[in-house]
Amino acid sequence: MKRIEAVNDFVVKFANVNGSGSASANTLFAKAIMRMGVPVSPRNIFPSNIQGLPTWYEVRVSESGWLGRRGGADLMVAMNPQTWEKDVVEIEPGGYLFYDSTKPLPADKFRDDILVIGMPLTEICNATYSDPRQRQLFKNIIYVGALAALLDMDIAEVEKLVGEQYKGKEKLLEPNVKALHLGRDYALAHLPCPLGITVRRSDKVGDKIFIEGNNATALGAVYGGATVCAWYPITPSSSVAEAFARHCKKFRVDAASGKNNVAIVQTEDELASIGMVIGAAWNGSRAFTCTSGPGVSLMTEFIGLAYFAEIPAVIVNVQRAGPSTGMPTRTQQADILSCAYASHGDTKHVLLLPQDAKEAFEFTAASLDLADRLQTPVFVMTDLDIGMNERLCDPLEWDDSRTFDRGKVLTHDDLESGKRFGRYLDVDDDGITYRTYPGTHEKRGSFFTRGTSRDRYARYTEEGSAYVDNMQRLLRKFETAKQYVPEPVVLESPRPARHGVIYYGSTACAMDEALSELGAEGIAIDALRVRAFPFQDSVIDFVNAHEHVFVVEQNRDGQLRTLLLSEGALDPSRLSAVLHYDGTPITARFIRREIEERLSAFNVRPLRRTAAAGE
Amino acid sequence: MTYLAKPKLHHPDLPANALGFTRRDYEGTISTLCAGCGHDSISAAIIQACWELAIQPHRVAKLSGIGCSSKTPTYFLDKSHGFNSVHGRMPSVLTGANLANRDLIYLGVSGDGDSASIGVGQFAHVMRRGVNMTYIVENNGVYGLTKGQFSATADRGSKSKRGAVNTDEGIDLACLALQLGATYVARSFSGDKEQLVPLIKGALTHPGAAFIDVISPCVAFNNHDGSTRSYDYVRHHNEAVNRLDVITVHKEITTEYAPGEVQEVRQHDGSLLRLRKLAHDYDSSSRISAMSYVQSRYAHGEIVTGLLYVEPDATDLHESLGTTSVPLNQLGEKELCPGEAALARFNASLR
Repeated sequence: MKRIEAVNDFVVKFANVNGSGSASANTLFAKAIMRMGVPVSPRNIFPSNIQGLPTWYEVRVSESGWLGRRGGADLMVAMNPQTWEKDVVEIEPGGYLFYDSTKPLPADKFRDDILVIGMPLTEICNATYSDPRQRQLFKNIIYVGALAALLDMDIAEVEKLVGEQYKGKEKLLEPNVKALHLGRDYALAHLPCPLGITVRRSDKVGDKIFIEGNNATALGAVYGGATVCAWYPITPSSSVAEAFARHCKKFRVDAASGKNNVAIVQTEDELASIGMVIGAAWNGSRAFTCTSGPGVSLMTEFIGLAYFAEIPAVIVNVQRAGPSTGMPTRTQQADILSCAYASHGDTKHVLLLPQDAKEAFEFTAASLDLADRLQTPVFVMTDLDIGMNERLCDPLEWDDSRTFDRGKVLTHDDLESGKRFGRYLDVDDDGITYRTYPGTHEKRGSFFTRGTSRDRYARYTEEGSAYVDNMQRLLRKFETAKQYVPEPVVLESPRPARHGVIYYGSTACAMDEALSELGAEGIAIDALRVRAFPFQDSVIDFVNAHEHVFVVEQNRDGQLRTLLLSEGALDPSRLSAVLHYDGTPITARFIRREIEERLSAFNVRPLRRTAAAGE
Repeated sequence: MTYLAKPKLHHPDLPANALGFTRRDYEGTISTLCAGCGHDSISAAIIQACWELAIQPHRVAKLSGIGCSSKTPTYFLDKSHGFNSVHGRMPSVLTGANLANRDLIYLGVSGDGDSASIGVGQFAHVMRRGVNMTYIVENNGVYGLTKGQFSATADRGSKSKRGAVNTDEGIDLACLALQLGATYVARSFSGDKEQLVPLIKGALTHPGAAFIDVISPCVAFNNHDGSTRSYDYVRHHNEAVNRLDVITVHKEITTEYAPGEVQEVRQHDGSLLRLRKLAHDYDSSSRISAMSYVQSRYAHGEIVTGLLYVEPDATDLHESLGTTSVPLNQLGEKELCPGEAALARFNASLR
C-alpha cells in the first residue's frame, strides 16, 4: 500500500469528547504550525452540548494558503470511542490513524490501507499523574507532543506557545512542558517518526493574523463607535457580544473617571435587544445587536418599524443552519432572504456580506456609518464558519484620519439659524431626510416618531397619496444605498470566459481554491463576489455579460439567486444554483466537481438546442 | 373627540412658571380619544405636573407602545420628541433611549393591554433593570381600539359590556413593579387630579424606575355595572393611603404638621417628597408591607391608591453599568475609536 506523502499539504482531524479539555491542546497544535510559517486553517465541528458529545477539530495545513475546508483526513487523531467507526472510515487511503492503544482493539476495528499508530496515552498518564483531572488534561498535551515528533514539527515553537499561554502562571507552565516532552520522547523512541506527512518551516504566513471572525466583528463595533450593545445569548453569535465587552474593558474605560464609554445590556430576549438598539439609535447613539437566524425572526416586527420610521440599527447575524432550531452549531448562509425582506409590508434592508474576519471588522465598522447615513437597519451577515473559527487573514487596518459619518442630523445651530425641518422631507432628492436628536432645541426640531403612516412633516395621516409618496421615497433611498455599500469584487479569467460564477461570504475561501483548480484545468470562468445588498448595477451587468452564471451558496433554496432574479429582473435559466447545505463548510472539491459536471453537460447539449428540442 | 384646532392665542393672564412658560406651552395637539376618556385627564395631569416642576419641554422624551393610551403622547408636550413604538415593547425602546442620553427625562406611557398582556415581559425587565424613567400605565382593563376585549388587568369576575365574565386572574401591575424592584410605585385614579398630579411630579423627580398605575375608565367599553374599572366602581372602592406634596429644591418649606402625620423622603436631586398619611398604619418605606397591604385590601375589594412605595436611595441602570456621566450620544471619535496604533498592537497579539 502506498502511504500518503506530503509536506505542508495535508489534513489532520482530531476526534474528541466535548468538555475533555482538548480544544486548547488542538489550538496549540494548529498555532505551532502557523508559527512555523505554514498557513493553517482549523475548524471546530462541535455539537450543541457542553460535555460528553463528540466534537472534532479539523486542521488543514496548506503551503499554498488555501483556507477552505478540504474534506477527508490524512491523519486521524481518534480520541473518541463513540465515533471510532466513522472516524476510521473518513481517513484517506494511505493515510494515518493515531489512537490511544492502552486498551487493545480487535483487528477488525482497523483498516489495512492505512498506517495505524498506537500510543498508550492513558497508561502513560496513569503512570505519571495521580489526579484524575490532570490525567485527562495532560493526555491532550501528551498527544500534541507526540504529533510534533510524528510530523517533524519544531518543538521549540510549541514550547514557546505554551510559555505565552501560561505567562504569569509558572506553576502550570512546567507540568505542561513536561507533558509535551513526555509525548514527544515516547513518540521518538517507539513510533515511526517522521510520518510521510510532515511540516517544514516556511515563510507563507507573513504578517497575517490568526483570529475568530466574531472577535473581529466585535472590534469593528468598537472602532465604528458603537456605544450601546444589546444582545441575547444565541450560538453562534454570543462570542461577538462577549468579545465586545472584553474590548470595551480595554478601550472604552475613561482613564480619568474609570467610567465606561459604552453600555452593554444582556436582554431578556431578542425583541428587547432590537428595541434597545432602536431606542438608542433614535436618541443619537450608535447601537448594535448580534444574533442568529432565530433571533432575527423574533426581531422582525421591530425591523419593520426601524425601516418605516427610518431609525438606524445594526444587526450582526452570525448565521447557522435553520429552519427553527435547525443545527445550531453548524454553518449556513440561509438567512439572506429573511433578512433582505425582514418584516411585514414592503421592506428591503441593506445586507453586508463579509468573506472573512478582516471584512467582518471593516464591514461592522462601516455598518454603523451606513446605518446613520441611510437611517435604516443594516445587517452584517457572517456565519458560524467565519464567526467561530480562528482563521488566518490579513492584518486589520484603520486610518486615523477617518471620522464617523453621522449622516443627516440637524444641530441646535442649524435649527436656530432657521433651517427648514421636515423629518420626512426629501430636500436633497436622494431619499434621505434630515433628523434631529431628542433634546436638541427648545422650540424647533421636535417630531413624533411612529410606525404609522405620516406626511413629510411627521404628522399622522392615512392619506393614500402621502403613504405612496413616502414608500416611493424609501425606494429612492434604497437606490441611494448602492453608492455607499461595498462594491463587488470581480476576478476575471485570464482568457475570455462565457461562464461566470457568483458567490459571497464564507464561500470565498473554498471558491478561491476552486477557481485556481479550474483555471489549472484550462476552464475559463469569471467570478464575482457579491459584498452587499442592494446589488450595484455591476452585479447585474456581470450576469448579463455571461451566457451562464453559477450562483454558489450554502443554503437549500438558492437564496441569493432568488434575490438576484427578483431585484435584477433576470432570466432564471441563466443562473444555476450550486448549493451545499449539510451544515459543514463548503469545499473547493465540491464546487469544482459541480461546475465541471455542469459545464460538460452544457458542452454536450448547448442551451439553445435543448430549448428547441423541448418545443 | 373633536376636530377643532386648538386656538393658538394664549390668555394674557395665564400664570407662568419659573421658566416663564404657561401650561399651554406643555400641551400637544387636540386629543382624538372619546369624550370623557380617563386618558385625557391623565394627559392634563402630566401637563400640569411638568408645568409645576418647570421642566423644559424639549428635555423630555415621551415614549409609548400601541393602543389608546399610547396615542396620548401626541396630546401633551409638543416640544418634546415622541416615539410611538411597537405594541408592548415601549420599555426596551425607552431603555435604549435612556442609555444613549442619560440627561433627558424619560416618560413612558402605556396601557394595560400594552404593558400587562403583550408587554408583560418587557414591563417586568425594565423594572428589574431600574431604568430612570416615569412609567405610567393608563389602566382601564379593556382593549379600546379593538373594541372591548378584556385585558390582563381585568379583575376575575368582572363583566364586559356584552355581559361576558372574565375568568382569568387579573394582573396587578403595581404589585408586580414592587416585586420586581421599582423604586417608586404609586397608584392613582384619572378622576382624582389632586392625587395624581403630585404623584407624577414625584415620579418625574425620582432618580430611578418610577411606576404609576392609573385607573382610567374607558367610557366606551368599560364603564358599566359589573365592571371593576368604571368611574362609579373606582370612586366607591378607592382607598387612598396618603397625599403627596413634592417640594423642589427651590421652594422654602413652611407648613407644619403634627408628628406621625407626615413622612418625608429626601431624594438625590434634593427634592423632598412629603407624604401626608391618610391610613395611619401605612408605611410607604417598606416594599414588603406595601405588597402585603395592597393585596390584603384587594381581597376586600378595595383599590389602594397613593404613593405605595418609595426608595430614597434609588439607583438606576447607568449606575449598575458604570457608564460615564457624559451622555453616550455626545461621545466622538476621540473617546470611542482606539485608532491605528492600538490596532497594530492588537494584530501583533494574534500572530
